[in-house]
Amino acid sequence: MNQTPLHVLLADDDEDDRLIFKDALEEVKVKTRLTLVKDGIQLMEYLEKTEDEYPSIVFLDLNMPRKGGVECLREIRSDKRLRNISVAIYSTSASEGDIEDTFIKGANVYIKKPNDFGSLVRVLEEVITINWQYHNSDLNRENFVLSL
Amino acid sequence: MKLHVRYDMVTVCKVVLQEQLEKLGITFELTTLGELELKDSITVTRQEEINQVLKKYGIELLDDQKNIFVQKIKDTIIELINTDEKLSSAKFSDYLARKLNYSYGHISKLFSDVTYTSIENFIILQKIERAKQLILHEELTLTEVAWKLNYSSVQHLSNQFKKTTGLTPTAFQRIIKMRRLQSGKPT
Repeated sequence: MNQTPLHVLLADDDEDDRLIFKDALEEVKVKTRLTLVKDGIQLMEYLEKTEDEYPSIVFLDLNMPRKGGVECLREIRSDKRLRNISVAIYSTSASEGDIEDTFIKGANVYIKKPNDFGSLVRVLEEVITINWQYHNSDLNRENFVLSL
Repeated sequence: MKLHVRYDMVTVCKVVLQEQLEKLGITFELTTLGELELKDSITVTRQEEINQVLKKYGIELLDDQKNIFVQKIKDTIIELINTDEKLSSAKFSDYLARKLNYSYGHISKLFSDVTYTSIENFIILQKIERAKQLILHEELTLTEVAWKLNYSSVQHLSNQFKKTTGLTPTAFQRIIKMRRLQSGKPT
């Protein structure tokens, strides 16, 4: 059954990570279309200027040159127009402190980058499906937290 | 020998739609992705014709009936879970079948086809959402929430909460509290 594809955006400075993410996302059952940016500056410029609909979910790498993930998260959460975007932190580190801290700052999802392709597909499948539910079932996004 | 091709699905779909609908003499505009705006309204038979023609390209007109029915299933579940009363211990499957007047097998298959998830998962997600509300807004204890949502024990609720959100109910509560405190502060 066809559905309007869910708009997904990934901000990550590592080219390999972007490619793997793209391939993994294509394996996910929910139909998506992906926008890729290389760092936080590009991300915020994209959100500022785009005439396209906003992404439903943005995946943020924490460590990026010029502007990192936490900074972007703060800017996204303080902009009324961007409130409805789900933010997923996509990071190599996963200390309890980091995780709680980003949730408190308004992240919806925290993903520790998996080491193998299969796990990444599974993780994305879960995040995208749940996000799709929030997108389509009028759930309260403020209460949307998911740690993987 | 191998040749590599690159294709843009959106353009492919647009061109296919244009060519095929033109053949059928239908004037239309492609508004946003996946929405056809027709000049004139057309009959169901005509829609079936379009479906037949597009089928071999893997394109399908969205069946509104299916979507409407799935919405009904969701509404029934949400209404059942969001009652102020204690959740009934009757099986969801029996309740849905009775209320919607279809076999549970039929309901559950249709639901999965349209939503990418099973009814069981949807119910769990909704129950956990309800648990979040009860913890945050009505400040019920976990024991009270478990009782109200008909979990066999606090442990069962905690496990399902953790499995669904990745967080314990306590961590969730702490995070939302801190978040509210912080968003009150100027940044």
